[in-house]
Amino acid sequence: MLELVLFYIFGAIAIVSAILLITRHNVVHSAAFLGSTLFAVAGIFLTLHAEFLAGVQVIVYVGGILVLFVFVIMLISVERAERERQFNRQWTIALITSAILVAEIGYGLYQGRDSLVLPAPVPAAAAGAVVAGNSERVGTALYTTYLLPFEIASILLLVAIVGAVVLAKRRTPAEE
Amino acid sequence: MVGTFHYLLLAAALFTIGVIGVLTRRNIMIILMSIELMMNAVNINLIAFSDRLQQVTGQVFAIFVITVAAAEAAVGLGIVIAMFKNKETMNINEIDLMKW
Repeated sequence: MLELVLFYIFGAIAIVSAILLITRHNVVHSAAFLGSTLFAVAGIFLTLHAEFLAGVQVIVYVGGILVLFVFVIMLISVERAERERQFNRQWTIALITSAILVAEIGYGLYQGRDSLVLPAPVPAAAAGAVVAGNSERVGTALYTTYLLPFEIASILLLVAIVGAVVLAKRRTPAEE
Repeated sequence: MVGTFHYLLLAAALFTIGVIGVLTRRNIMIILMSIELMMNAVNINLIAFSDRLQQVTGQVFAIFVITVAAAEAAVGLGIVIAMFKNKETMNINEIDLMKW
């Protein structure tokens, strides 16, 4: 029961903030609403018993990516962007495309709803086994079964860091 | 107990909002934020199925998605800064150097 209440609270916060995110004129407000969406999604993770991921969500997304966004917003002029027209001329086509996407996803979910009604798996705790904590299980899987993807991800991050520095540091012809 | 279906619907709603943001806005910062929104929707799906099947694989994949999101944000914001230095604009309609 508590799970259901928390799910609806966090889900409502996530969706309302997401809608506000894409409709605000001021980029700083959008960033703030992105933060509240990310926190709400972390709460959703908690209702799914993914405590480690909820922590990672708050630390990496809110503490890392969102702060990066706010730093870049500080570097650019917000006032000028705010005075410009905010939405594309193609917004009607965009809405139609999105409606088609919603219909597709809805149809897929509706068709596949029976496959979601699996017999509930017996939680290992009920079967009498000693259950490791969530972080322990994620860590074990990450460093044994998924060791190679993990290393590839680290290379990806290295390439992204180098690429970001190269892109942002390059001098424009005017500066030289 | 919340059904997996609820989580899938929430993720679909968030993903669609992200798509609408990418397609309709002209400010590149908000487009990047909408992409983050879509990645979050994918993560909700992965973790919902991870919880449903009592397997940890979905959570490991969610970690990789977060890694890719961080890399994407770093490179994307680097491009935004380089672009702003050159054209002094955040408006994607004015970034048409490769259009003819």
